[in-house]
Amino acid sequence: MQYAAPQTVEAAIDLLTSHEGAHVLAGGTDLLVQLRSDRVAPEVIVDIKRIDGMKSIRDDSGGFRIGAAVSAAEITEHAGLGAAWPGLVEAAGLIGSTQVQGRATIVGNLCNASPAADTTPALIAAGARIVISGPTGTREIPAEEMTTGPGRTTLAKGELVEAVRLPTRAARSGDAYLRFIPRTEMDIAVVGAGVSLSFDDAGMCQAARVALGAVAPKAVLVADAAAALIGTAIDDAALEQLAQACAAACNPIDDKRGTIEFRTQVAGVLAKRAAVAAKERAFAAQK
Amino acid sequence: MPTVSMTVNGKAVASDVEGRTLLVDFLRENLRLTGTHVGCDTLQCGACVVHVNGDSVKACSMLALSAEGAEITTIEGIANPDGSLSVLQRAFQDHHGLQCGFCTPGMVMSAADLLKRNANPSEREVREWLEGNLCRCTGYHNIVKAILAAAAEMRGEKIAAE
Repeated sequence: MQYAAPQTVEAAIDLLTSHEGAHVLAGGTDLLVQLRSDRVAPEVIVDIKRIDGMKSIRDDSGGFRIGAAVSAAEITEHAGLGAAWPGLVEAAGLIGSTQVQGRATIVGNLCNASPAADTTPALIAAGARIVISGPTGTREIPAEEMTTGPGRTTLAKGELVEAVRLPTRAARSGDAYLRFIPRTEMDIAVVGAGVSLSFDDAGMCQAARVALGAVAPKAVLVADAAAALIGTAIDDAALEQLAQACAAACNPIDDKRGTIEFRTQVAGVLAKRAAVAAKERAFAAQK
Repeated sequence: MPTVSMTVNGKAVASDVEGRTLLVDFLRENLRLTGTHVGCDTLQCGACVVHVNGDSVKACSMLALSAEGAEITTIEGIANPDGSLSVLQRAFQDHHGLQCGFCTPGMVMSAADLLKRNANPSEREVREWLEGNLCRCTGYHNIVKAILAAAAEMRGEKIAAE
């Protein structure tokens, strides 16, 4: 196995295009474990951490551009992201352990395409867009279109993710991500729920995005759940509608960590709690 | 075979490595620094924690080649220059922060990173920081006590061992 650490995106794309079975290495917290257990046997590993811009969080016309090799720890320590997107930041703070967060990246979390990835529902709720570069140029897609199923993404041969773009935050907006695990640390989500809300002057919800993880083959954006919140003050009736819409969107597996019935019920409960937290943050910020 | 160079415990080292060699295997096999332990090699147990450019990292979560040019500190580089135990290492001894000792190098390296960031951590902060370091002997209690005692001593306070 060859290891390459190109310094430009173009050189990385060349390597990914010219080798069968080339793998991108960002944080490595998924790839190295897969390598050790012989689940993958790449001919070339393309380490993107030495590419200019991949390790930076930049202002992006009032939003943020997070390079693909930015670690979860760099996200949780970033004051601007913490103020604008606390839900995404709390999702990044749930990945693995302290040292794993020092290596792991949210783009890797997305591209590994686990249905239980913690940051993916938070990215989808935030309305993040994914910047993809490849042999034919650069394209941008919404986060919810990145994965197609467990371990599968829409990336074509030779393509890699360069960055995640987070939009400008409207006034009176907040997001939250909650997950259920049977212990307190170092576990895989049984259910995850990300909610992002914006409110008008009168305190009514005018924009909402709700995403669920670990309840379907891929993280899902639940349009009916968002519709249940828009135009309301996130009262009990709206939250009940939200929970029902979330339960209806669930298509989970039954496994040792949670049954279908359990995951379906917990999805609604977590979404309600995340919506309440997102609302509190929208007004606490007083933007 | 490609060559990798880095600084380990203040000493410049260079060696040929295979592409798939993990940093932890490079440290143990090429440099014979066997104080860094391998418990799981799947990023879970934390026995292989070292410092990479000052941050604690599980040495099984990095390829050796990714550490090109990095400054690495292992458990062998933590003692005082005269070879005596550091305050943190001595606190583990004084407070019985180990039984079999397998997890200890990783525990000490994680704790050293915590104390660099937070000179006065609460018990809860210590316990949360150690989320990625597993110990199957002590139940963590004495490890936490040792770290809190070391932090106190480094701040100029002194806590008596039981």
